[in-house]
Amino acid sequence: MLSKDEVKKIANLARIEISEEEADKYSTELSDILGFVEKLNEADTEGVEPIAHITGAKNVIREDKVVEYSDGTKENIINNFPEKKDRFDKVKAVF
Amino acid sequence: MIRDLHEKLINQEITSEKLTEEYFAKIEEKDPEIQAYLTLNNEFARDLARAVDKKIRNGEEIDLLAGIPCSVKDVICTEGIRTTAGSKILENYVPPYDATVVKKIKENDAVILGKTNCDEFAMGASGENSAFQTTKNPHDLSRVPGGSSSGSAASVVADTSVYSLASDTGGSIRQPASLCGAVGLKLTYGMVSRYGLIAMASSFDQIGPITKTVEDAAIVLSRIAGKDRKDSTSMPTADKNYENLLGGANISGLKIGVPKEYFAGKGLDPRVRELIEKAIQKYKNLGAEIIDISLPSGEYALATYYVIVPSEVSSNMARFDGIRFGQSVGAESEKTGADYTLGDIYFKTRSKYLGKEVKRRIMLGTYALSAGYYDQYYLKAQKVRALIKKEFEEAFKKVDLILSPTSPTPAFKIGEKSEDPLEMYLADIYTVPANIAGLPAISIPCGTIEEGGKNLPVGVQMMGKWFDEETILNAAYIFEQSA
Repeated sequence: MLSKDEVKKIANLARIEISEEEADKYSTELSDILGFVEKLNEADTEGVEPIAHITGAKNVIREDKVVEYSDGTKENIINNFPEKKDRFDKVKAVF
Repeated sequence: MIRDLHEKLINQEITSEKLTEEYFAKIEEKDPEIQAYLTLNNEFARDLARAVDKKIRNGEEIDLLAGIPCSVKDVICTEGIRTTAGSKILENYVPPYDATVVKKIKENDAVILGKTNCDEFAMGASGENSAFQTTKNPHDLSRVPGGSSSGSAASVVADTSVYSLASDTGGSIRQPASLCGAVGLKLTYGMVSRYGLIAMASSFDQIGPITKTVEDAAIVLSRIAGKDRKDSTSMPTADKNYENLLGGANISGLKIGVPKEYFAGKGLDPRVRELIEKAIQKYKNLGAEIIDISLPSGEYALATYYVIVPSEVSSNMARFDGIRFGQSVGAESEKTGADYTLGDIYFKTRSKYLGKEVKRRIMLGTYALSAGYYDQYYLKAQKVRALIKKEFEEAFKKVDLILSPTSPTPAFKIGEKSEDPLEMYLADIYTVPANIAGLPAISIPCGTIEEGGKNLPVGVQMMGKWFDEETILNAAYIFEQSA
């Protein structure tokens, strides 16, 4: 069971603002889902190595070569900045 | 269907421009009801079609996909064409580049008609999580088309596109294909580049086609597969023309495994079960050997999926922070005069522009990965993932493919499951194992169920060995041809 306070803590870690009402709703919904995934505890995984990657590909390397994109592509990246000054992405002060 | 249209194009019975116009006319006629499309490619599609016509007139050889109108799921980036992922946060996002799959079909002169609706960031099994509209099932407008590739499946079946490129993380190609009566092919993990696919769960996501016929699926597959330097998880694949390998193999002696656990659940609609049993009988009559198998860890598949997927989601969704692209409360603050800190921009942008299911999964994943819970949830699920994969390895020593239902039920009513996330998750019960193990799987139509005067399609799923798309395509092709 996930309490309302735990939900708020998680929302804070995930950088999502939630209302009291939402915290209530998420507390119920997330608890239901966590209850469902508890089923995993029944699986015997003694001595089983976890897999993070399904194909087993490891250390895939390629030549470290710069591939130039067109000026159009560069402009379109800049055009997607929510706030910009000249060709810079404008961000609020970090501190 | 693609080959027929191709013949007409090269015999100059029709031009690509005319064909493209016909499809835009069909969209205009049908899409106000079905609502499969989010954005139309009015600007470029006709130019592309005319360029193909010119090649044909000049006697140049053209590819099978050349001049054929298709659609692309809105989680796949298209340069210069708005790509929303079904989310408000990307409502005005115009990608500066093409996904590798889009680049590849464009190199073959495909004509992209537009971008199709989907559950927000592909999270959902009904299409209802789209922030913009709910696509309707063309067979019954009061029902969902399935999801997350709701618009892709609906547009293929309503014939407002010849085929569609979609993505499958836990059944998002196969389940809507099943519910709409289309062919849906989920490829082996690593078969195709994910570059330009807006990531949901990176170790599960794969792009694949939704088509009207098995041959069409093979044609598209041959053109999108392969290693890409921009996706380190893509694998070198044999350069095969899958469409030329169909029908060659003899089905007699083909070993089809039927996992008993997949038929034991209470959730399986008896009418679906009956159609799947008929499909099994048909394969038997065609000379295949039916072998009962057991996949006991399968019962943990859904729980494994709903731990690892939200974990990967919580990480992948971190990029939507209102800073580099997408909607941002920061951009609005100039108008509203609000004085936001950097933190405010993160919190308020994500709260305002991300939908319910997306937030639910982000929080679930954040929890599963947080200190103190990592071992209990994430690590445990990764171990069970290994168990499930091993079980498939063992099963494939005995059989060539594994047959099951695609979805436990036919298309359900709009609104029926949208308030209960857990109930919605159960719609994926037969499709997630292939993603957990990275296997290829296809869903093809195997009959219909009559309900309320409508015929609701049902799909049968076949999972194959890693990188053995050929076997499942062949089995599906023979089934389709002997209909």
